[in-house]
Amino acid sequence: MSASEPTIPAAERRWAWRPYALAMPALVLLLAVIGYPLLTIVLRSLSEPQWGLQNYIWFFSAPINLTVLQRTFVISTWVTLVCVVSAYPYAYLMTAVGPRIRLVLMLCVLIPFWVSGVVRTLSWVILLQDSGVINSILRSFGLGGVRLIRTQTGVVIGMAQVLLPFMILPLYSVMKGIDLRLMRAAQSLGARPFRAFFTIYLPLSLPGVYAGAIIVFILALGFYITPALLGGPRSTMLSTLVQTQVLSLLQWGRGGAMGVVLLVVTFVLLALAAPVMRSRYREAGRR
Amino acid sequence: MEMKPLTRAVLGLVCLLVAIWLVAPTLVVVPMSFNENKSLAFPPQGFSWQWYQNFVTNPDWSNSFLNSLKVASIVAVLATVLGTLAAFGLDRMKARPANLLRMLILTPMVVPGVVLAIGIYAVYLDTRLVGTLLGFVLAHTILALPFVLIAVSANLEVFDRRLETAAASLGANALTTFRTVTLPLIAPGVLSGLLFAFATSFDEIVVSLFITNPYLKTLPVQIFASITRDADPTVAAVGTILLFATTILIGGGMLLLGRERKGRQ
Repeated sequence: MSASEPTIPAAERRWAWRPYALAMPALVLLLAVIGYPLLTIVLRSLSEPQWGLQNYIWFFSAPINLTVLQRTFVISTWVTLVCVVSAYPYAYLMTAVGPRIRLVLMLCVLIPFWVSGVVRTLSWVILLQDSGVINSILRSFGLGGVRLIRTQTGVVIGMAQVLLPFMILPLYSVMKGIDLRLMRAAQSLGARPFRAFFTIYLPLSLPGVYAGAIIVFILALGFYITPALLGGPRSTMLSTLVQTQVLSLLQWGRGGAMGVVLLVVTFVLLALAAPVMRSRYREAGRR
Repeated sequence: MEMKPLTRAVLGLVCLLVAIWLVAPTLVVVPMSFNENKSLAFPPQGFSWQWYQNFVTNPDWSNSFLNSLKVASIVAVLATVLGTLAAFGLDRMKARPANLLRMLILTPMVVPGVVLAIGIYAVYLDTRLVGTLLGFVLAHTILALPFVLIAVSANLEVFDRRLETAAASLGANALTTFRTVTLPLIAPGVLSGLLFAFATSFDEIVVSLFITNPYLKTLPVQIFASITRDADPTVAAVGTILLFATTILIGGGMLLLGRERKGRQ
């Protein structure tokens, strides 16, 4: 072993370029199929029909755009809230039950996660439409129908269901690591269960809530298929507006500017979330 | 943690409702697919297999299904090869460039679908890649790469690199070491990356909607068009097939994985 030891660093130095060569094909493809297109969009938003900021000025001065932008945020916030509230008890129960029930609960999360998103949205169309499941049940009880499809409520219900696994999985992975003896210790020191939950368990689980909420919110902001199929003109989100500008009106500059706004908002949110996520990973690494 | 029976009951009930909310809506496609009438109105009338027949015989449906299979298979192989190579490279780099490059490769996961779609569409219009197999494969590969990278990297983190040194000290060259030592040990990560890549491509809709044309449609595009155009229960039949295929795949995979773990203990 001692004879070969000095040669290893030399060999390593000689092959130092190799990791970069291995990553190169993926990076080249990435630049060609993501980097270049995104650059094209930014340039078009600044250069069509002529160079300048006119597309951005148009975006922030037309009331309809601001309404849609605001609505996109409102819908995403609702979706995130619904996801947090329903995922929290679910993820908690996953940590508290035996392995068999946990497997079933996990399957309930993973199967919809894997089933095609279009098919899941289709099932929401069937459920929510005026001649759909929910309305025919209401009618069989002699109640009048409610309008669900092409409303914001319908969009939120459908999107939250599609995005729920993205909330449950990170939440569960954080909760799994929480030492439940801390709760017992608090209770043995006289804290009531509620107090022990709010002062110990909740704060420890917050990184999971935070991570899941950021993922869900970001994905919701850019959602396209579910709002397009479940929503109507009064629940249009930013993505649909981008699509209309580009495909129907051929306004690449305006559509591009909207896309850039969506992109910037997404990355700002990610940057805000990054420090928290990183500290969470560091903690996980220490454990 | 001690829980009062009441708390336990409420918690159980809430979770049951959430589980139903997660799974039940998707099941609604099953009864709809046997509808006798050409309608998606609930409740379905009568019973017939005609929509399954239509899926097989109508070229709109069968071709888009075959296209999706073709694209997803190529993407799965391509993304797995590129992703595995990249995962190896990142694993053997210094931490700082590795983190930077990892973030770059993961960006397709967070870029809003429509923004990516109009960008790719713009470039494809210039390069005449709209509605081509190559166009679909390139776009889907980029979207599938993050999943492969994550799966393989997770496996590489627990891989003991001294095993490679041992193989090398016994005279194996780099390729032999990779083939006989490294690859078998990280195979689970590579395999799940392959599956994820296939599923990502098979399911991709947003970018596909932009780069499709009447000559080359994938299944999700056909489903989307069918939902927006008419109430054709064939979509419900396709949904049912996909639902059962994925359930069998995941359920089977999880059972296999569980058994393997038990066997190892």
